[in-house]
Amino acid sequence: MIPAPFAYARPTTVDEALQAIADGGEDVKILAGGQSLIPVMRLRLAAPETVVDLTRVTELRGVREEGDTLVIGAMTTHHDVITDPLIAQHAPLIAEATETVADRQVRRRGTFGGALAHADPAGDLPAVALALDAEFVIAGPNGRRTVGAADFFVDYLTTALEDGELLVEIRVPKLSGTWGVRYEKFNRVAQAWSIVAVAAAVRRENGHIAEARIGLTNMGPTPLRARATEAALAGADATPEAIAAAARSAGEGTSPSSDLNGQADYRAHLVQVLTRRAVSAAAGL
Amino acid sequence: MTSINVRVDGASYSDDVEPRTLLVHYLREQLGKVGTVVGCDTSNCGACTVHLDGNAVKSCTVFAVQADGSEVTTIEGVGSADALHPVQKAFHEMHGLQCGFCTPGMIMASIDLLQENPSPSETEIREGIEGNLCRCTGYQNIVRAVQQAAGELSGSAGQA
Ligand SMILES: Cc1cc2nc3c(=O)[nH]c(=O)nc-3n(C[C@H](O)[C@H](O)[C@H](O)COP(=O)(O)OP(=O)(O)OC[C@H]3O[C@@H](n4cnc5c(N)ncnc54)[C@H](O)[C@@H]3O)c2cc1C
Ligand code: FES
Ligand code: FES
Repeated sequence: MIPAPFAYARPTTVDEALQAIADGGEDVKILAGGQSLIPVMRLRLAAPETVVDLTRVTELRGVREEGDTLVIGAMTTHHDVITDPLIAQHAPLIAEATETVADRQVRRRGTFGGALAHADPAGDLPAVALALDAEFVIAGPNGRRTVGAADFFVDYLTTALEDGELLVEIRVPKLSGTWGVRYEKFNRVAQAWSIVAVAAAVRRENGHIAEARIGLTNMGPTPLRARATEAALAGADATPEAIAAAARSAGEGTSPSSDLNGQADYRAHLVQVLTRRAVSAAAGL
Repeated sequence: MTSINVRVDGASYSDDVEPRTLLVHYLREQLGKVGTVVGCDTSNCGACTVHLDGNAVKSCTVFAVQADGSEVTTIEGVGSADALHPVQKAFHEMHGLQCGFCTPGMIMASIDLLQENPSPSETEIREGIEGNLCRCTGYQNIVRAVQQAAGELSGSAGQA
């Protein structure tokens, strides 16, 4: 099917984009890579009055450093994230998870910011942003504001972005070389979304786990942290037994759904297995 | 209507398109480039794959207006009947197709893969073309075709 007709705006700066959104009428959609929005428009599940295409807003693309923080432009494509040397050095968990997203064609166009703004519970990048304590810089008619990851993901497909606003960049605290990371994704076939996935970052100190951060994909309407497991791992021995014991509480406080890919109890089991694997790999075991 | 300027398979075009026109429909219906096909409604099958400024994309998931100022290469632009592209030749020789519907997209994705990774392992080939679905072949001969093309493109004798 082809999408319903819409008015098209192609701004070249963030200010022009905000103006185009303000002028666009009742139902405006921001177009980033289009890899979620265009399929939804083809199925006519969305029929916006105006589409504001960010593709030419070059200030939204690319990765830079600001002291201890990595700043990733919202329009940086999945492909550019995977091949970026700064991300490889300071946030390899993002690159590892992005490699599992969709397929090469989709990764050429789909963007980091678009995947986060879309906030699909099965999307791979929200849980990673949450595990890394990323911050989201949002521009609107009244200037810019910054929202932490825990407050950005509000509900199913819903973020802290208000009408008239756009996501500009994502600020990610750098992880030093003492951290190990792993993204453990479980799906059935090529280019499929996660049934469950676990993002882990672990800092080791003389045979112990000093600190662990664990983000969960598709264990509820928003990405979640495995707080009980994180607490159990803090100060624990970096042994398979200690990690397996801590991983048993990975599902605490989650509310997985049941769908064609798996029942809730299956996901509750899977999250323990994947957490054990992800933490073990991140801890170098 | 929005006016666009694009180069497709080496020729320049200036056209008016509706913003909602998908690139694949522009290529097929306005330019008559029917070598690029549509196999699904959900951006999954990859049959519509073309190169946009050198990179493989699903042309059903890009608006034609977004190609304004860009260079598009379709399966019709990579070789000719007398001088097939090495990847086309390999698909032919290795029987990398049965009905052929997925083939244009498979070849465009494979060319993109080999540009990035000239000597992929079997696993890397399978992952590299995971965005393309084939309902006929079971993929074995497609993988062999990409292996043969990789050998030929990198100048070695090619693995049988
Ligand atoms: C076949 C296929 C398989 C896929 N598999 C996976 C997968 O395994 N894992 C995964 O994580 N994803 C997957 N995806 C989704 C892919 O990662 C998309 O790229 C991503 O979800 C959306 O990014 P986009 O840049 O294309 O955004 P778009 O589709 O352009 O936009 C998505 C939504 O976010 C909004 N938006 C975008 N950018 C901004 C911004 N800067 N400010 C405010 N709002 C914004 C849009 O208005 C829209 O509502 C898949 C997609 C396809 C087609
Ligand atoms: S037609 Fe199926 S992915 Fe484009
Ligand atoms: S040869 Fe028929 S779909 Fe691939």
